[in-house]
Amino acid sequence: MADTTAVPVAVAAPARGQLRRSERVLGTLMLAPALVYIVLLVALPFLLAVVLSLTNSSAGSLEFSFVGLDNFRSVIGSPVFRRALRNTFVFTFVSQASVIVLGNFLARALMRKFRGKAVARFLILMPWAAPISLATLGWLWIFDSTFSVINWLLKVVGWLGPGQWYYWLGDPTLGMVAIITVHVWRMLPFSTVILLAGLTSIPAEVHEAADIDGAGPVAKTLHVTIPMMLPILTVALLFGVVFTFTDMSVVYLLTRGGPFNSTHVLASLAFQDGVLGGDVGRGAAIAIFLLPVLLVMAVLTLRVSRRAEVL
Amino acid sequence: MRRPPRIAAAVGHRLLILAYTAFAVFPFYWMAITAFKQNSDLYVGATNVEHNPFVFNQAPTLDHLRTLFGQTLYPTWLFNTLLIGVLVVAITLLLAVPAGYSLARLTGRWGERLSIGVFLTYLVPSTLLFIPFSRLVAIIGLQNSIWSLVLIYPTFTVPFCTWLLMGFFKSLPREVEESAMVDGCSRAGAIWRMVLPLSIPGILTVVIFALTLVIQEFVYSLTFISSVQRMTVSVGVPVALVRGDVYYWGSLMAACLITSVPIAIVYNFFLDRFIAGFTVGAVK
Repeated sequence: MADTTAVPVAVAAPARGQLRRSERVLGTLMLAPALVYIVLLVALPFLLAVVLSLTNSSAGSLEFSFVGLDNFRSVIGSPVFRRALRNTFVFTFVSQASVIVLGNFLARALMRKFRGKAVARFLILMPWAAPISLATLGWLWIFDSTFSVINWLLKVVGWLGPGQWYYWLGDPTLGMVAIITVHVWRMLPFSTVILLAGLTSIPAEVHEAADIDGAGPVAKTLHVTIPMMLPILTVALLFGVVFTFTDMSVVYLLTRGGPFNSTHVLASLAFQDGVLGGDVGRGAAIAIFLLPVLLVMAVLTLRVSRRAEVL
Repeated sequence: MRRPPRIAAAVGHRLLILAYTAFAVFPFYWMAITAFKQNSDLYVGATNVEHNPFVFNQAPTLDHLRTLFGQTLYPTWLFNTLLIGVLVVAITLLLAVPAGYSLARLTGRWGERLSIGVFLTYLVPSTLLFIPFSRLVAIIGLQNSIWSLVLIYPTFTVPFCTWLLMGFFKSLPREVEESAMVDGCSRAGAIWRMVLPLSIPGILTVVIFALTLVIQEFVYSLTFISSVQRMTVSVGVPVALVRGDVYYWGSLMAACLITSVPIAIVYNFFLDRFIAGFTVGAVK
């Protein structure tokens, strides 16, 4: 206020970083609807999830009473839950490690000019753009117990002998392999294009300077590319981990957590118990186990964004 | 002397691109060939090594497409999805355009912190919120109604679109509004007359992004909609197109392909802007 009156010339065009009172009011008014919506429909439900996990709420009625940590106790005691917890970490770790490693190779390959690059880019992007439930349905047919094209190929090349057969979605290990394959298939385009954006953002002069200094390809990767790519590598990884750790679509559509609840992840188990089974409190308690990892990811995101702004 | 390794590298490069493209595209190729195969060509057990499933062994047919559009609710699901999409896009624009502008220009330093907070809400997953939402939806009586989705879908479109638009408004030169305000416009007038017309590319990006997110959404739709007639495409096809225990793979794959390809084409056009949204701050 005092600033703007002290510089009368700036009334029509206020100096940068200073805002007139009326503009502050306008700014608040313009922001308010979105903020109110986010508070009402993201922040409050988020708290409600925590509250529900401490109750015996069920789908049949709107009444409930508090049961303390009973839900958590019974959940932790259940072998199905412990299996799901382990699966979630295996699923996240294996698929993200594959996605980041493969994504780096592919982003580098896509950096070069080659004929048909635009077509290749379009085709490569399709798994990420297609609705996940429909894309997974395509895989369900590929993994079909009777008509699997993968089994046909394995028969033709002689990997599967007479009488041998893979029931992709009917076996705990093969089921996890199938789930991870589909998820890597879907996430790879995402990390590839993000890493590609990172690679193209490194100015050509930096590479030239490194060449003049006599840096070989290995030294260049270690001392130029990786350090300059670090912020964007972290962004790709953060999003990838959040999307993977909390995903239930692939598991639900491929195996429904079966056979015998052996391929559940936390999110699909929360859906099975909390929505299909109607035990809202228990479902909420299972979903709460997603929180610690999400919080770590949020803090890391803040760190990275702060550092990137300083750079 | 350096020629042979270079040729080897070029061949390796080609092979890598080819292998990756084949992996990415194979399920879509599989959908396409399944959608046009006759049933007697389709349902041959994979133990029969003589029968190559990668090609048409009999003449292609349009039967599965006729079934899909004539005898299933697929057209209804498409309509539901587009109706929800249009409404959610409208709500998203009404909330995110003013908020994005405000965070870019009118809120100063606390706005920067707030904008990161808005972005973080994008990381709150649907699999954490669907349980409390199922209670809220029951309390306000919207169970099994597409309005529950219209109400809830903006929870994931608004934060990210606000963030995208904020970046877009920041990239416009301040002189745009300042010159209009020197000419006697109010700030609101300057936004309406100068900023919005210049922001059409940014707004279009947000429209496309929100629309694709709505079409892709699966978890909320699966949780809240139980009547087959009110389902969206992403849930109707996997849940209700299977009659009894019988999978009509021809029609199923046709539905998957027809829904996925247009989205992929549109997505491809806007890709660079989406990436910019994800990597704001990490790439200069």
